[in-house]
Amino acid sequence: MSTKLVQKLDRVVIRFAGDSGDGMQLTGDRFTSQTALLGNDLSTLPNFPAEIRAPQGTLPGVSSFQLHFADHNVLTPGDAPDVLVAMNPAALKANLRDLPRGATVIVNTDEFTKRSLAKVGYATNPLEDGTLESYDVHPVALTSIAVEALAAFTDLTRKEKERAKNMFALGLLSWLYTRPMEGTEAFLKAKFADKPQILEANLTALRAGYNYGETTEDFAVAYEVAPATMPAGTYRNVTGNVALSLGLVAAAHRAHLPLFLGSYPITPASDILHTLAGLKRYGVATMQAEDEIAGVGAALGASFGGALGVTTTSGPGLALKAETIGLAVSLELPLVVCDIQRGGPSTGLPTKTEQADLLQALFGRNGESPVAVVAPATPADCFDTAVEAVRIATTYRTPVIVLSDGYLANGSEPWRLPRTAELPDLTVEFATEPNAVDDKGAPTFHPYLRDPETLARPWAIPGTPGLEHRVGGIEKADVTGNISYDPDNHDHMTRLRQAKIDGIADTIAPLTVDDPTGDADVLVLGWGSTFGPIAAAVRLARATGARVAQAHLRHLNPFPPNTGEVLRSYSRVIVPEMNLGQLALLLRAKYLVDVESHTSVRGLPFQAGELADVIVSAATSVSDAPLKEAAK
Amino acid sequence: MSIDLPVDLGMPSAGPGATGTAGVPRLPDGSALAKKDFTSDQEVRWCPGCGDYAILAAVQGFLPELGLKRENIVFVSGIGCSSRFPYYLDTYGMHSIHGRAPAIATGLAATREDLSVWVVTGDGDALSIGGNHLIHALRRNVNLKILLFNNEIYGLTKGQYSPTSHVGQVTKSSPLGSLDRPFNPVSLALGAEASFVARTMDSDRQHLTSVLRAAAEHRGSALVEIYQNCPIFNDGVFDVLKDRTEAAARILHLADGAEVAAGDDVVVRDDRGSLAVVARAEADPARIVRHDVTAENPSAAFALSRLDSPDLGHVPMGVFRNVQRPTYDDSLREQIASARTGEVTDADIDALLAGRDTWTVGA
Repeated sequence: MSTKLVQKLDRVVIRFAGDSGDGMQLTGDRFTSQTALLGNDLSTLPNFPAEIRAPQGTLPGVSSFQLHFADHNVLTPGDAPDVLVAMNPAALKANLRDLPRGATVIVNTDEFTKRSLAKVGYATNPLEDGTLESYDVHPVALTSIAVEALAAFTDLTRKEKERAKNMFALGLLSWLYTRPMEGTEAFLKAKFADKPQILEANLTALRAGYNYGETTEDFAVAYEVAPATMPAGTYRNVTGNVALSLGLVAAAHRAHLPLFLGSYPITPASDILHTLAGLKRYGVATMQAEDEIAGVGAALGASFGGALGVTTTSGPGLALKAETIGLAVSLELPLVVCDIQRGGPSTGLPTKTEQADLLQALFGRNGESPVAVVAPATPADCFDTAVEAVRIATTYRTPVIVLSDGYLANGSEPWRLPRTAELPDLTVEFATEPNAVDDKGAPTFHPYLRDPETLARPWAIPGTPGLEHRVGGIEKADVTGNISYDPDNHDHMTRLRQAKIDGIADTIAPLTVDDPTGDADVLVLGWGSTFGPIAAAVRLARATGARVAQAHLRHLNPFPPNTGEVLRSYSRVIVPEMNLGQLALLLRAKYLVDVESHTSVRGLPFQAGELADVIVSAATSVSDAPLKEAAK
Repeated sequence: MSIDLPVDLGMPSAGPGATGTAGVPRLPDGSALAKKDFTSDQEVRWCPGCGDYAILAAVQGFLPELGLKRENIVFVSGIGCSSRFPYYLDTYGMHSIHGRAPAIATGLAATREDLSVWVVTGDGDALSIGGNHLIHALRRNVNLKILLFNNEIYGLTKGQYSPTSHVGQVTKSSPLGSLDRPFNPVSLALGAEASFVARTMDSDRQHLTSVLRAAAEHRGSALVEIYQNCPIFNDGVFDVLKDRTEAAARILHLADGAEVAAGDDVVVRDDRGSLAVVARAEADPARIVRHDVTAENPSAAFALSRLDSPDLGHVPMGVFRNVQRPTYDDSLREQIASARTGEVTDADIDALLAGRDTWTVGA
């Protein structure tokens, strides 16, 4: 038991920062897991460079992992860290400007050598020149203490011992915030099962870090954050990409369809391929295709055969898949396309987040080729959104694009586990019988004879006798599906395809508004991953007395049927987006409402504080002339 | 022709010895389909005199002998004149987009063991815009039969040179002659380590049918190059091979175990390890090449494919290579089957969702 003081906190934001090779993502991930098991609510933000190993010790090579945990419901990874763990001068320099005064800084002094300082342009040592005088600095020789702790491991090289410094840091932080380490110990045992020496070294470093906190006089107080009050249930911590993968598997199970993923690796979507590739036991087939086009093509081929065809990608890949998605629009077959958005255009910012593919998802194809578009709001919501995407795709026989993004993909939060049996029943009925008679009165099959409710055409899969038919990208005659160049037929079919997508609105929940006082004048409307920051900002704004309503769109095409009504019920509507106003453009065009766009494309999620300022200023000037567009 | 492999469809569904249509439901004993059963009600719209008519007739005439249920046969095509093919066959079919048919067919074959999947493509579709998908389908050895109609011209876009047009060919887009060096589709397929590669011709119904039969029999990717005449934009390009006398002198018949010969000429190994065509009278009998269609090493088949010359002086015809190796789709199904522990239940999915680190919050 600790002999030191233990102080209670209600929330903490920690940022682990180091070189790309320092293991910061793993450290953050383990700390998160320990925190989840303790029952805190949490939200994470991994942030790393696109290079696997950027030049050592440089600013571009800094990798960080931020975790916000609390004894209450949290919505974002936090605007500013209360604690920064900086493994080298680059990590300190890259992150210092985000730190509020008074924040705790734990630095690895071993790395503050003349050479490392010079590499990032420090003329003098910031640990000594007063740079950090407004902070609570804990200089710890993390590397050398870790190496010292491993003195008995004579078979390990110094380099190998140095590598354990992240576990030392994790141990220290585990002590500082009273986190149980059993989970990490079990994790290490599984990870290094074949390397007993390395395992022992890591465990020793981890415990040494914990004991260091316990004994050193530098840390006088340890902290506790009590479990959050959360709805009853069983929880796990989950990232968006894992939740999305699981959602696809669960939905395929509920649809009684085999899941087939055709995919080409691309950041930040690849983890979905990795996750699903490991689920063969559940009948999941994955194919790493030769390119993005083949990935979606194979998925569409699988759908033609009666499987649930899925492809996963990010923005540049969505561009390459456009023609095949157009074919799927024409074939009217189910297809789920997951676009894990990243900064663009072109290669853009592969490891950073953005939500600038909205218009590409809606319109990035030739001709009139409407598809359904849905977007998850949080990492755990990726599960429900995947299920919804599968529902729409199979019910309406249409491609559905899921717009997640890098923030949701890698970020994590506690997820209250659903019960599989209580998920929507997605059972699909394939066509098995002829549905018409020909000129001679013989039974025949019309592949484009639609369901009057959904306007979906029959899904008749090869192997079904008597329903042999041909589909293709050339315009189809209504009902018979024969090739048709008839002008009236093309006009009719174009409108039918649009009407089918529009009709999805009949089966989606109305847009709900969170307006606790019931008299707000300002509505903040978002979509996708901005949910957390917007909700946190609205919470901050309300705390200042501002009357603000919030609503969030999961369905981007079609919109919920009451969207126009909601927009028109508020005198001002603010639409924050991590693009230059794509949803705002759609809302203005469709509903003729002069929404106000607030945008940021920095590759990072919105900060709640900054958004709150925008909201408060809108709420307080509601009777004045409308604000100028807040976009920078 | 010596390509007369028995079509035995009662073989195991995967592994050595499996046929291309193992696992595909067969018609009951005593019942059979006829050519008319494979003829759709759609009006065929190729140009008069197009070689595609002959290929369509040959395919429609051949399919009944497979003895398969019609509903378990699927034709997938890309874009181009040849790619209209599926509309004219009364099977399941998909006319897809330019170049992508092998990728789409791969997804279908991977998920449906019970289908006989055919790809119809042309020299532009398969070798230009779709070159990447073609080579990857071949290297994976997906159980697909790929019929590549080669007329050495773009027909549907009205007469531009294609990736098989010869250097100097004058077309609408190459008024001073094409600068591109052509692909030899057979060499390309062998380079991608295709397990079955053959060449045949639209006008030789018997040979075409025998090659289709061998391709259908083969489990894995089968690439069949079919010389096909475009009467509008490249008329007569293969005429010398259709003249009985000329053909006898030019076509090097590939028959397993037989000497590779045409008329008075025979193929021999030369001093540098490649192949040459020489007059039989001058050939060293020890150097005369006997075709080994099942040779593991594709080098000999590749060397045969290099005997082509732009003036069609000598053209090897028949099956270049027919070897067995695991197919992508069988292997994928095996991985899934061996990972499976039975029907997936709701409880299994619940356990999957929960993962390893859960905690419980009480009511």
